[in-house]
Amino acid sequence: MSKLMKLNLKVWRQKNAESAGNFEEYKIDASPDMSFLEMFDVLNEQLIETGKEPVAFDHDCREGICGMCSMVIDGRPHGPKQGVTTCQLHMRSFNDGDTITVEPWRANGFPVIKDLTVNRSAFDRIIAAGGFVSTNAGNAVDANSILVPKEIADEAFEAATCIGCGACVSACKNASAMLFVGAKVTQLAMLPQGQPERQSRVVAMVNQMDAEGFGACTNTGACAAECPKQIPLSVIATLNREYISAKMNGK
Amino acid sequence: MTLESKIPAGNVADKWTQYKSSVPLVNPANKRQLEIIVVGTGLAGASAAATLAEMGYKVKAFCFQDSPRRAHSIAAQGGINAAKNYQNDGDSIHRLFYDTIKGGDYRAREANVHRLAECSTSIIDQCVAQGVPFAREYGGTLSNRSFGGTQVQRTFYAAGQTGQQLLLGAYSGLERQVGLGNVKMYARHEMVEVVKIDGKARGIIARNLVTGELERHFGHAVLLCTGGYGNVFYLSTNAMGSNVTAAWKAHKAGAYFGNPCFTQIHPTCIPVSGHYQSKLTLMSESLRNDGRIWVPKKQNDDRHPNDIPEDERDYYLERRYPAFGNLVPRDIASRAAKERCDAGYGVGQSKMAVYLDFKYNMMQRYGRTEASKLNITNPDDETLIRLGKEVVKEKYGNLFDMYKQITNEDPYETPMRIYPAVHYTMGGLWVDYDLMTTVPGMYALGEANFSDHGANRLGASALMQGLADGYFVIPITIGNYLSKEIHTKPISTDHEAFVAAEKAANDRIQQLMNINGTRTVESYHRELGLIMWNKCGMARNEKGLKEAIAEIQALRADFYKNVRIPGSINEFNPELDKAGRVADFLELGELMCVDALQRNESCGGHFREEYQTEEGEALRDDANFMYVSAWENKGDSWELHKEELKYENIKIQQRSYK
Repeated sequence: MSKLMKLNLKVWRQKNAESAGNFEEYKIDASPDMSFLEMFDVLNEQLIETGKEPVAFDHDCREGICGMCSMVIDGRPHGPKQGVTTCQLHMRSFNDGDTITVEPWRANGFPVIKDLTVNRSAFDRIIAAGGFVSTNAGNAVDANSILVPKEIADEAFEAATCIGCGACVSACKNASAMLFVGAKVTQLAMLPQGQPERQSRVVAMVNQMDAEGFGACTNTGACAAECPKQIPLSVIATLNREYISAKMNGK
Repeated sequence: MTLESKIPAGNVADKWTQYKSSVPLVNPANKRQLEIIVVGTGLAGASAAATLAEMGYKVKAFCFQDSPRRAHSIAAQGGINAAKNYQNDGDSIHRLFYDTIKGGDYRAREANVHRLAECSTSIIDQCVAQGVPFAREYGGTLSNRSFGGTQVQRTFYAAGQTGQQLLLGAYSGLERQVGLGNVKMYARHEMVEVVKIDGKARGIIARNLVTGELERHFGHAVLLCTGGYGNVFYLSTNAMGSNVTAAWKAHKAGAYFGNPCFTQIHPTCIPVSGHYQSKLTLMSESLRNDGRIWVPKKQNDDRHPNDIPEDERDYYLERRYPAFGNLVPRDIASRAAKERCDAGYGVGQSKMAVYLDFKYNMMQRYGRTEASKLNITNPDDETLIRLGKEVVKEKYGNLFDMYKQITNEDPYETPMRIYPAVHYTMGGLWVDYDLMTTVPGMYALGEANFSDHGANRLGASALMQGLADGYFVIPITIGNYLSKEIHTKPISTDHEAFVAAEKAANDRIQQLMNINGTRTVESYHRELGLIMWNKCGMARNEKGLKEAIAEIQALRADFYKNVRIPGSINEFNPELDKAGRVADFLELGELMCVDALQRNESCGGHFREEYQTEEGEALRDDANFMYVSAWENKGDSWELHKEELKYENIKIQQRSYK
């Protein structure tokens, strides 16, 4: 067993969307082999046993793929390490005696539900506006009848690995969702299957993004730096190019 | 009630085709008047909801996560099988059918499995059409790899994130229908009760997890696509929220539960590291394409794996099963790992782990090929490793990164340490050929039903089944029922059955909140998991199962006396959500033990220590146990019904991978 670390936590507590929140401080002993969320499990068991309210936080798969976990740790979405989600962050990335500040995603598009839990349904509405290929089950031709060059498939895949967690929005000073939207637009614009709706898609998705109250991009690049799946900033360039091209075509 | 599987007559290869051309249909105008509830939005649920909406039905879909895109299908790594025979290696629908039946140790239904194999090829077409970026070769064709229990390459994949890409494809189809107004989506909602009217499923009571309110929803049919119940073991590769609650409420409302004891323990997971551990992480079966499993030949060998010479390593799968080697099915690989660890050959701090080693294939398979491409003759080891590493990185990079992040060890340098963990449940709600449970109008799809994998599921077949059920099976079979419901007008949710169901759900919630005890929900779940893992896990015996049943009953009684749930009902309260799920696991766990106890044989993932061959392989008893056990809930007990399995197309034999 590795030696336990003594940590001070400053955690954002907010009863519901309407109430004002505040930081509460907790002390906790954590093993360096724990994940960040396992440390919160231990904290919550302690809180419950002492008759206090546990901290509400979103989490599910705990292996970095569902995109549900969402904590801003010491000012950075998903914490200090690159390319990992909060659930994959381990306490060995911190030092004995550290004070760690934990907050929810903060963006107008992501209202707080309780404590560290926010509402990200805006992302679903953006996908519903156009993030798909309109093909009904039963219509498809044989999968190998349309060849896709490997490098194109790989690039589409890279964009498609977005987990929809919202770290990009949280990291952005403008709360822009352009990395998220750009990833989906890039994936489908690369592939032959995405061509028929290529222009209507990008316009519909951008319109919905604006309607949800997400800000514009000012090329700071914080989104790509904090993205746990390392979606590259170039998807935003692709998004802009696709959008301008669609608009010039009168879409 | 007698079990009617409703398998169509005729040759197994023609059943589905004939069924499709003769099943009653619902015309487009009538479809618009019919409402369908879909619970769960994983591969089965999202694909079913989207497809039914495309056909014109009015659909309501529910998930407990904050978005349908997060269902745990997303975490499936390795791939999806399809009998495309793109590799020209002799694959066919029959071979996929055969492999699946044999892999399931002759405890699955022939007709369902054949239909699954038939649908498999259309799934790949459908997913590609949606823009799912599968791995491809340089010529632009789709790439394949091998999975356990097969000798062909029929697994399609997208790096180690196949489930993610398939689910996002199905999710995009679902969101498209949401945008078109054909599906109404209810995220952060949990089904807590079935509503039955005149014996038929007519709706559900769902709890809004944000406000705590109970809601009544009507449907002409209810589809449960709610996944498996592996979290009864507390530690598993399932997501934290994965639960049995919807299926269990259906069971209590009259749906029989099929083969509850059939659990899949996956051989390659990252071992447990401490008591605070909340879940286990899978290392994809695809790694066994290139990873070789071994333990030291000497017991309690504490040397670093890289210091143990080749001739002092026991590649026990290659030794015991030369025909399939490292690619034996999961149940066999898991038991073999347990056998070595129990015998004192385990590695790592806990000694409950074995090595999964990539060095040989990194150097000899990929390194040499790359060197040959570059015309490097007699490459040294360093060159082979450097060249091979790039290939391995491309194939499995994300898995290697994940392993390193969790264990702080670099698998490119040191072999992975792995141990079996609970991963999937073959058992589930009993369904007929139409995927209907024993409650008319209530269906179960994907992992939530029992139907296709027998006593052991082959790798890359869960994604196949989820999508087959959702895209291609239910859209057809539901017509068999709904064609008779076109005169049923939507029933008001003021109907007494809705009122009663809501009251039952509300009473249960009040009961839980009023206990005001001292122990956390988590502590009960952890304790239940230990009982299940120790006595109803990889190996089971009569004595242990009987003890487990008594222990679970005692734990359940204690739960209802001493559990403490903080907060209140009408607010966002994850502890209350969890309490409801654990309460259901505390009942299901008992049924699993009851089922395991009655099955006096070993088959697939169900290994009863009393029934094994001299070589330690599972010993089936076909004369007495070639049936699906279907359990009817009787309040405080269960009654066993049996569906006899008939094998008309496949010769039953002792399953051998030697």
